[in-house]
Amino acid sequence: MSPAQPLHQGRLIPHFPGGTVRQKTGSWRIFRPVLDVEKCNNCLLCWIFCPDGAIDREEKWVTIGLDFCKGCGICENECPTDAITMVKEGK
Amino acid sequence: MSGVISVRPKDLPFDESVVGHLGCSGCGAFVAVRLALKILGDQTMLAIPACCVLATTCFYPQVPLKVPTLMTAFPATAATASGIAAGLRHLGKKKEITVVGLAGDGGTADIGIQALSGALDRGDQILYICYDNEAYMNTGVQRSGATPKGARTTTTPGGQRGMWESSPKKDLLSIVAAHGIPYAATSCISFPQDFMQKLAKAAQVEDGPSFIHVLAPCPPGWGYASEKTIELGKLAVEAGVFILREWENGEMKVTRKLRKRKPLAEYLKPQARFRHLTDEEIKAMEEEIARAWETIS
Repeated sequence: MSPAQPLHQGRLIPHFPGGTVRQKTGSWRIFRPVLDVEKCNNCLLCWIFCPDGAIDREEKWVTIGLDFCKGCGICENECPTDAITMVKEGK
Repeated sequence: MSGVISVRPKDLPFDESVVGHLGCSGCGAFVAVRLALKILGDQTMLAIPACCVLATTCFYPQVPLKVPTLMTAFPATAATASGIAAGLRHLGKKKEITVVGLAGDGGTADIGIQALSGALDRGDQILYICYDNEAYMNTGVQRSGATPKGARTTTTPGGQRGMWESSPKKDLLSIVAAHGIPYAATSCISFPQDFMQKLAKAAQVEDGPSFIHVLAPCPPGWGYASEKTIELGKLAVEAGVFILREWENGEMKVTRKLRKRKPLAEYLKPQARFRHLTDEEIKAMEEEIARAWETIS
């Protein structure tokens, strides 16, 4: 790397594309959401209300990505069919 | 932005525009930001001042937001958005890209109100979203102009002299509507369809600024368990504390009329910031709400 490189070309400062993949906030979690796929009717309310975007949509039911889930419990509280239960981590 | 935007959950895009932020667990503001970016799409530019969203997203070397974001000074959100809009107009990209000013309630109702008023007066093509968590939350819950009467914050701590927040919540929508802009509305994250419909309407305004004021409950600031974020937003609307309104074509209308208001205590009791209120005080507040509803309808 030569010192003559201008900064705006991004050679001196490492940079990454938008959307953080390096900070995994899943380690903040105390309670983990667990989905009962038989009760899930794919209404997507949990997907709408998740502040962390941790829930993924699939064809028949949702899946919960634990990389970014902070375990706030909104999905459990809002699920109309009680398909999501919060389980303490480590159990 | 053009065409009809569907707000059905199944039609919304899969892509997450904000992932990996460091907001508190159960943060209401990020529900608002996520849904807003789903409706507005990737042809959006954000101007964000010092606020919760900036304090929990913008860390070197990566930003969780996938749209171009300009971090700006606290009072300058609307002025910055105006500048971006002027630049885009010069480049002939005014119609392709939505310019969004995104600020908290302090940055809108107190510190940023002068720049906001200027931008609305000039009639710049911007969309201003104010997410309202009713205090300066990321600096440690200091009172703002949007803090409701009776709330405990760190600068209105109460105590024996009863020094709780004494002034009522600023009516931001009326202040903004008084500028005679094409579209302004209040909404709440607990009513996502309503919020997204209003956002889609605001994004499609072509001849001037538009404004959305969205209530976003805050677990650490309001003092409740993180899973109740959506529930409390719903209760705020159903108890009549926060009125969902819309200003369009020079007319103010209530978009969610309540046949019967829920008891106010149901909304206040789960929150630590209202725990000191006595039954008489709650009754007095309920009467105030009833009066507010009478004047608007």
